[in-house]
Parts: sequence; structure tokens; C-alpha cells
Amino acid sequence: MDKAKLERLKRAAKNIRLGAIEAVYSASSGHPGGSLSIADVLAYLYMEEMNIDPNNPQKPDRDRLVLSKGHVTPGLYAALAERGFFPKEELKNFRQIDSYLQGHPDMKSTPGVDMTTGSLGLGFSAACGMALGSKLLGYNNRVYAILGDGELEEGQIWEAAMFARHYKLDNLTAFVDFNGLQIDGKITDVVDPTPIPEKFAAFGWNVIEIDGHDFVAIERAVGAAKECKGKPTAIICHTTKGKGVSFMENEAKWHGSAPNKEQYEQAIAELSALE
Amino acid sequence: MAYKVGDKIATREAYGDALVEFGAKYPNVVVLDADLAEATKTIKFKKAYPERFFDCGIAESNMASVAAGLASMGLIPFASSFAMFTAGRAFEPIRNSIGYPHLNVKIGATHAGITVGEDGATHQCLEDLGTMRLIPGMTVLSPADAVEARAAVEAAINIKGPVYIRFGRYAVPVIFEQDTYKMEVGRGIILAEGRDAAIFATGFMTHAALEARALLKNDGIDAAVINIHTVKPIDRELVIAMANTTGAIVTCEEHNIIGGLGDAVSEVVCECCPVPVFRVGVRDQFGRSGKVPPLLEHYGLTPAVVAEKVKAAVALKK
Repeated sequence: MDKAKLERLKRAAKNIRLGAIEAVYSASSGHPGGSLSIADVLAYLYMEEMNIDPNNPQKPDRDRLVLSKGHVTPGLYAALAERGFFPKEELKNFRQIDSYLQGHPDMKSTPGVDMTTGSLGLGFSAACGMALGSKLLGYNNRVYAILGDGELEEGQIWEAAMFARHYKLDNLTAFVDFNGLQIDGKITDVVDPTPIPEKFAAFGWNVIEIDGHDFVAIERAVGAAKECKGKPTAIICHTTKGKGVSFMENEAKWHGSAPNKEQYEQAIAELSALE
Repeated sequence: MAYKVGDKIATREAYGDALVEFGAKYPNVVVLDADLAEATKTIKFKKAYPERFFDCGIAESNMASVAAGLASMGLIPFASSFAMFTAGRAFEPIRNSIGYPHLNVKIGATHAGITVGEDGATHQCLEDLGTMRLIPGMTVLSPADAVEARAAVEAAINIKGPVYIRFGRYAVPVIFEQDTYKMEVGRGIILAEGRDAAIFATGFMTHAALEARALLKNDGIDAAVINIHTVKPIDRELVIAMANTTGAIVTCEEHNIIGGLGDAVSEVVCECCPVPVFRVGVRDQFGRSGKVPPLLEHYGLTPAVVAEKVKAAVALKK
């Protein structure tokens, strides 16, 4: 990856993290921890990878992204705003009664949102339907699904994993945000969904494990997924929940709570100081 | 397929036939099933258009959300299984993946109601009209015979949005002339006029309502019979008109008396034109195994019970 591209991605990820904190602080509500852990993957997909057009968000043969871990709308909306689907100022209206930025993704109200999600497990299946539909329609596109590690506790995830492999959905790539935490604590303490790579491998998927904050690794994995024919690819991303804000890092309580004014100012200061 | 009045045929058979017929006319139709293609009759579509048929295995929740994804791409998926495993098990994926974004998915649910028979309570879905009616924007169709079932499939294709269609396992008499039958979604069909009471029936119970009308004639009661193929949106205008002209209403359905047609009619009557309403259906119970005729006797889904309820409603009139 050349230096300019890396700089561009780092700047985008920084803006996505700043936007996510802005949104959650404005709403006094929302999910910062998982927004920050997946920000680099969102930056790569929305800013570099996906064939999408903010001026024509419904282009039929576009790439799709399904945020199956739908609660991290602060990260998703900040990424969509960064890509130009709507003005960044709208992030301040997140979760408000008159805003098109609903608490969880709503494809009918938000430009750039490809699937309504939020109830865990459902988005992954919908992404399988999109990938199957893309093949039926002869599109040469990609479908990306972003899953939480805690979300893997939903049984429907494994129904979808079986389905995707059975129908050889090699146009589907799933990212698992493996940050190790869910609302009630460590995923290994709640109901342990590990080992994750082995599970996807056992379900017949191509599996790649990466550092989910390393753009070079993300790029390489996305490329390898495109090369893999005949089966879907799962990219298991080792990440840090709350990445970039010191007091949010690796703390389950920042899964779904908003910072107060002092914490907000510290978070913005820390993120602004990132290179 | 051509169906003749009086022939006995299950609406699920007509579902399978209609998928094949309209699959030719509408190339964007795709069919999903959950390991029950032989029973739901989607096997007919699978044989005709294997490239547009996808078995999802025994995983109905995944099937519902996969259907949402397919619909988001512009395809028209029919997701099929038993009523219990769609409107029951997959209620939440249907609500959140299909209903909330108002996606163009058709849910073809067979084996609804008590007439499932021998399989018993776990498979006799008596709640589906209720759960599906609760989803905003969901059209709920419940055809009475094979002719209406065929028409319901094409009507569903022409609705841009989610549709639930309820089919039965049991062979029931054809009551409509195929050549002249027209389905207007949201409009009840007056099968017989009457001045003393109005019987609103849906699904296979429409036939029982017609028989009840004949029984009542002997007692000097002139009952209207209305077939309701669209449980949601209910035909408010017709309910109000019949309440006003007859002053007594009975509803009939192969469903719990809670949540289905009885409630849909009662809601209109209570708000707009209060008159006595008696509901014939399964009275808040689970089903059980058995042959269909004794089951219908056991749960009171017979013309005699319908006639009795009409008399009770008429007696309550002011």
C-alpha cells in the first residue's frame, strides 16, 4: 500500500471515530465501543474498496454492505457521511425524533444503508440473500457483512453460514469484529463463541485472520477473498473495543453508553491527536 | 390448472400450481422452502424452474431474512414452509427483516389451522393470522378454495410489499367458478345476501358458513355469507354495511378466536357500528392429533355450531 493511500485511510478512520463520538455524545445514547473497533474496516470498505456512488445510492449492481451488528450505527453513519452520502452535520441529530439517522440501520430512511438491521443475526442472512440475488441477476459485485463476535451466539448466524457455503456464495465476505467483549462482559465469560476461525472453517468457509486495525492486512484479506472461488470468506478481525479513546478501550461498559461532557472532550482531544 | 366447483382440492396444491403458472409470467419470482417442498407443493416450482428454487434446509429464520436480501435486489421471493414455522418460529425475522423495511417478500404458509390433522398441536398453527396482522404494512390473505388460492398468488405478486398467504393441507371443496372469479385485495365477497345476520368467514370455513346458511333457512333465519380472503386490510366498508343492515354478526375461522378474523371484524364493529359479534374458531386452546372430521367436531368448527352462534347473535339484537 502506498504512503498516500495509507495516510488517506488513517485520516478517514480518524474522522469516522470523531464522527461516531460526536453522534453518541449528541444523542446521549448509542454504541461507541464497537463503532471504534470496526472503524478501520469501515474506512477501508467505504473509502477505498466498494463500488458505490453517493449520488446514486440505489445503483442496482453496486457493492453492498450489511451491518449485521446493527447497533454500531455511530460508526456506520460517520463512514457514510465521510463518503458523502449525507452531510456530517446530520450526525448531531443521531437518534432524534426528526432525524433520518435511526438508532439502528433503516434502509428506507438513510441514504447508503443497504439493509435494515439491528436485531442480531438477521443481517447476515439478508447479506446471503443479497449475494445469492446478485448471482441470479448476473451482477459482478461484492456483498460485505459485518458481524459482532458476541453476535455469533445467535443461532441464525450458523444457519446463514451453512446456507452461504451450500450455495457457494463466493461474492460474500463476512468481517467478524473480534474485540472480545459484549454487553454483559467478556464473550468467553457470557457464552463462549470461540474458537471463531475454526468454527467458520468447519462450516466450509475460507477463513483469514488479521489485525483489524492494520490497513495493509485489511487490503490483503479483501483481495484474497475476491480471489477465493466457490466459497465465502470470513475475515476474523482482532480488534480493540473502544479503539482510540484510552478510557473506552477494552471496557464492556462502553458497549452502549454515552460519554458525559468531560469524557466527550477528552475523547475528542485524544482522537484529534491521532496521526 | 383448471379447478371445477365441487372438486375437493387442498389450497396448498393450488399454491404449487400457481407458482408454476405465474413463475412463467413473472421471471423475477424465486421460491424458497425449508425442507418441506413435497408438503408445501413448492416441489412443482422446483421441477419447472430449478434455477429459481432454493431449499434453505430446516432453518426458517434464515430463510425469512434471506428472502429480505433477495427482495432488496429486486427479486420477488416466495418463502414457504408450514404456518407454524413461518408466522410462528420466524415471526421476528419476518417483522424486522421483511415487515419493518416493507420489502417485497411473499410468505407462502401451508398447513395452517386445525385441519393439519394427525401431526397434532405442535404443527397446527392457530395463531398466524394474529401474528401476521400485527405487523404494520403486512397484507394477510386467506383463500377459501383452490380458485381463490391461485388468484391470491398473482395478487400477492402484484402488491409491492410484504404479503402473507395462508394455505391448508386438507382437501376442501372448490366454491368459486375459475373463469369468472376476480380477487380484489381488501374487498370481501358477498356469497349470499341475507337480512337477519351476516356470517363473515375465511379460508376453508367459508364452505361451512354456506352450509350453516342452509341450516338457518329451515329455522326462518336469513343469513348473509361473506367470504373474507383479505384479513388485513379488512374490508371496513363491508363490515360496517353488513352490521348496519343485519344487526348481528358471526365470524368463522380455522384459527384461535383471539387475533384473527374475529378480532379484525370486532375491531371495526366496536368502533363504528356496535352490534353483537359471535366468533367461531378454536377457543384459546391448542390442537390435538386426529382425523379432520372429528377434529372439526371437537373444536366446534362445523356448520351446526356456526348456525347456533348465528341464532345467539340474532337473539341479542336490540
